Amino acid sequence: MATMTKFQTNDKHRFLLNMGPQHPATHGVLRVILEMDGEYAMGIDPVLGYGHRMQEKMAESRVWQGFYPNTGRMDYVGAMPFNHGYVALIERMAGIEVPERAEYIRVITSEMNRISSHLLGIGAYVLDLGAFTPILYAFDDREDILDALEDITGSRLTYCYYRVGGVLKDIDDTFIKRTRAFIANFRKRIPMFNDLVTGNIIFIKRTEGVGIITADMARRYGATGPTLRGSGIPYDIRKSEPYSVYSHFDFDIPTGKNGDSLDRYNVRIMEMEQSLRIIEQALDKLPEGPVLAKPKKTKLQEGDCSFSVETARGVLTYYLVGDGSEVPYKLKIRVPSFSNLSLMEEMCTGMLIADLVSAMGSLDLVIPEIDR
Amino acid sequence: MQQIIDMIQTYSLLRMLIAFLILIAIVFANAIVMGYLERKIAARIQRRWGPMEIGVQGWLQMILDGVKILGKQLIVPKDADRFLFRLAPLLCFTPVIMIFAVLPFSSSLYGINLNIGLIYIIAMASINVFAILIAGWSSNNKYSMFGAMRAVAQNIAYEIPILLSLLAVVLTTASFDLQKIVEAQSGLLWFVVYPNLFVAFVIYLIAGCAETNRAPFDLPEAESELTAGFHTEYSGFAFGLFAIAEYGNLFIMASIATIMFLGGWNGPFGLASGPLMGAVWFMLKVFILMLVMIWVRWTYPRVRFDQLMNLAWKYLIPFSLVNLLITAFLVKMI
Repeated sequence: MATMTKFQTNDKHRFLLNMGPQHPATHGVLRVILEMDGEYAMGIDPVLGYGHRMQEKMAESRVWQGFYPNTGRMDYVGAMPFNHGYVALIERMAGIEVPERAEYIRVITSEMNRISSHLLGIGAYVLDLGAFTPILYAFDDREDILDALEDITGSRLTYCYYRVGGVLKDIDDTFIKRTRAFIANFRKRIPMFNDLVTGNIIFIKRTEGVGIITADMARRYGATGPTLRGSGIPYDIRKSEPYSVYSHFDFDIPTGKNGDSLDRYNVRIMEMEQSLRIIEQALDKLPEGPVLAKPKKTKLQEGDCSFSVETARGVLTYYLVGDGSEVPYKLKIRVPSFSNLSLMEEMCTGMLIADLVSAMGSLDLVIPEIDR
Repeated sequence: MQQIIDMIQTYSLLRMLIAFLILIAIVFANAIVMGYLERKIAARIQRRWGPMEIGVQGWLQMILDGVKILGKQLIVPKDADRFLFRLAPLLCFTPVIMIFAVLPFSSSLYGINLNIGLIYIIAMASINVFAILIAGWSSNNKYSMFGAMRAVAQNIAYEIPILLSLLAVVLTTASFDLQKIVEAQSGLLWFVVYPNLFVAFVIYLIAGCAETNRAPFDLPEAESELTAGFHTEYSGFAFGLFAIAEYGNLFIMASIATIMFLGGWNGPFGLASGPLMGAVWFMLKVFILMLVMIWVRWTYPRVRFDQLMNLAWKYLIPFSLVNLLITAFLVKMI
């Protein structure tokens, strides 16, 4: 392997450490080759491809409807926005109007999915730092979301709920009641989580000043999502080019100051609060009407089109080239975790291995999304 | 019957053999009880049930796990040092039994009473470091080696505050004999209520937590960094021995704290403590201390290695030194 020989020519006192793809801290199947000098990682080389499933090629070899289920299987932690980007892309291309109620339902379910994704991300991050308990508290709340979403979408993780022209199924009163109960409950849980984890002196010592990403660095690598906002840049697709009905709601974009791991963690906590606000407003304003428009055309027109959405990890862009048939000529997917991962080498070089785990965990990477 | 008792009393070798068998049984039983308690309490802290299937509230689970682990093969990794790889778990386990032999469970219930009991315990406890180093070295695995190196550095750093804080008690009682130290606390007051010895007690608890490699100081086996640290490559009963030794060391740590600071087998407020009742008091205190350590383990995140070293060299050692000086001064004056 090329990287192996690159490292071998270096100083004799250094040695290689193969972290992953089966390492507990590289969630999923990321492999990182580390060139170690004692406990310091002097060279970092992420190796990708262990979860590659050729999603883009699959999109090119079937009718566009056949790609629905694949969208939920890239980022399996936050699948709803991936659904959303794909259907919105086709809608933009074919010029299909979506009923307002369907858009509201999309926002509600997307935001709930964002909360569940952040809960998992935070829980797993604290687990990386060696605290075993908080992840189970996070999962306790996440369970409420999954139960509610399971009722209307039929799945708990890899959703395939959105359709071109709306959503598959209307939400019912039980769902609304459950969601409101969850919001009330979760509002109380966030301070508790802050008391237990965020204020802990060991946690602060492990995250403050670790893995600093400056605003300039974040821009250069094209980082998005909480990773970018943790560095103090208030960029969020939901605000900067509002899609769906996000412009109807009042919410803030939380940002950090120093761009360290603690800031990224705090941004995630604050984003969950903002998501709660959005869901609450959407439930209050929820209009009546149909949830699925009848699509007129089934063929993709010639030309290209792109659509960006804000997932839990950052900006997701679908870019599609059509040739007039039902099968896409080319579908390019730009995923946030890939850019965020590329930050790692510059961010982590010269770090202790314990800090490396802390910094890597704070990026909240989902590897199958990078590999696709 | 009388014949057998006579025989046991005549032949001291036979007596020692029986005592050691009983001690091994105690060490194993301790691992089973503590393993069960740890899983149950961890489950309680994490809002789940823990073992429930085998027996009422899953109390047979650990015995079943022990039987399962007995049936597993010990896989020796390629290019490992086969002799040392097999030696390490034994070396980790044996000192635990050796230490259990001198612990005074009550005024007349102990394996053997040494007049240098404390020194003996500290010396035996240090062998644990060798075992971990050998385990990490012989595994031929970089993660194991990392864990082993961390363990050595950590144990060397934390043995000093442990010794210094225990010396404060030794100065007060002028004896290394564990029985005498316990007897010195037979009045109303245990050593822990004296301000200077209370500081020593707190330092001992923190350092003891690190010495037994428990969270938040479990760096030698830091899961998210080093997969499983020094016992990454171990399987089967060799792994089991490490686990049993870990609980054994935890018990030893708690029992030394009990003997030195919490009055050993003395009851609270000068309550009666005969040979049998004394053992009950002793076990009660030891288990309360161990439960506190389990509670801490499942609550806090792990510290970083340099922070761990800072804590020992910058805070615990100076504090315990000053505390020792104050104690020496007080002993001289009063």
